[in-house]
Amino acid sequence: MLTIINYNAGNIKSIQNMLKRIGVKSTISSSVNEIESAEKLILPGVGHYDYGMKNLKECGLIECLNKKVLVEKTPLLGICLGAQLLGNRSDEGIESGLGWIDMDVIRFDKSNMNADLKVPHMSWNEISIQKTSRLMEGLNNESRFYFVHSFHMKCKNQSDILTTTQYGYEFVSSVEHENIFGVQFHPEKSHRFGMQLLENFIKI
Amino acid sequence: MRRIRVIPVLTLQNEKLVKTIRFKNPTYIGDPINAVKIFNEKEVDEIVILDITATEEKREPNYKKIEEIAGEAFMPFAYGGGITSLSQIEKLFKLGIEKVVVNSVLANNLSLITDASNIFGAQSIVASVDVKRNLFGKFNAYHTGGSNKIDFPLIDFVKKIEQSGAGELFINSIDNDGTYKGYDIELIKIVASVTHLPIVACGGASSVDNFLEAVKNGASAVAAGSLFVYTGSTKGILINYPKQEDLKQKFYSKI
Repeated sequence: MLTIINYNAGNIKSIQNMLKRIGVKSTISSSVNEIESAEKLILPGVGHYDYGMKNLKECGLIECLNKKVLVEKTPLLGICLGAQLLGNRSDEGIESGLGWIDMDVIRFDKSNMNADLKVPHMSWNEISIQKTSRLMEGLNNESRFYFVHSFHMKCKNQSDILTTTQYGYEFVSSVEHENIFGVQFHPEKSHRFGMQLLENFIKI
Repeated sequence: MRRIRVIPVLTLQNEKLVKTIRFKNPTYIGDPINAVKIFNEKEVDEIVILDITATEEKREPNYKKIEEIAGEAFMPFAYGGGITSLSQIEKLFKLGIEKVVVNSVLANNLSLITDASNIFGAQSIVASVDVKRNLFGKFNAYHTGGSNKIDFPLIDFVKKIEQSGAGELFINSIDNDGTYKGYDIELIKIVASVTHLPIVACGGASSVDNFLEAVKNGASAVAAGSLFVYTGSTKGILINYPKQEDLKQKFYSKI
């Protein structure tokens, strides 16, 4: 069973709606027992970095997630804030992230962008695929996704970068490290492109 | 290539999809679910759905219908109409929508915007400002279906909204609504000159060329009603949306 982790930070209903559309059964849960028995995990997330990490801690999920993801190697897909939390830290707050992928989350550098570009980056945008991945099957550099974010991931290891996207400059729009995936964009709100990506994740 | 959001706006009277001209004479268009399904197939960037009589009729958002629509919306979905409290906003987000659109509360309860923005994030709170010119061409903001005037200058109203913590401004020209005259460019320019918030221009669009004009004058996204529900000024009902190729050629590539 695919389990969407409910830690009161994110629009989980949209993800479940999209999964239902592609014929995938999922549960929404914050129970350690249910998460422990999950075959796949989705970590959604909208909102402040510290709020997200605090909620994960308050729900008592960190230890269980560490075991599932790092020891049992259960595939996990982080979406938006859920992707950012996979890293070490964020410019947005003071809490440490999950630390599963060696990356930081930094604020869009406006000094490096055209003045007419607004932050948050709230728009559809294309991806540039940086490595072969089962998550990207059937997708290409013309596939477009919906983004809403003011901060973006910055990887320490080039090999963790799955896709990049151009907004003012090129930033990391998704990451992959072994069984851990994170997408800055919202596949659940990205029409057939998002459906394809979620279908790919189910098959991993 | 930079993409700009092109957003169909569907106006409802409770469960019926209607389209107005200058905020008056609502004409029945059809069933909103059906329209959203077609917009899915057309892969639209985002949809805005506004229940335009909820506040006036003192109705709460129609949660059942909104949930049904959200279940069919595989693009970002913003809902507005009849929102008066934080608990309603929370309930709406749980139904699977991405943004709430507020209008009447901008006039009488700006602190709600601040609270909602702090909890749910500014990016999910859209402030909708309806604007009409007076006899001398001066802009005034209105609320509640264009029936109540805000009694201080538009630019001050916009600044207050920005300070309140809203994440986006949906600027709707009442004069141009349903007229196919193009956007009110002067209005977009004035608003853009006093705010850093992204502006979604609405009211009067008749072509992709209008989108370009709006963006060149300060809009961050473009929205339209009639253009996406009618075949043209002859007003046959046809849910439609520009093809990607057209948007690329006539719009994105020229920004």
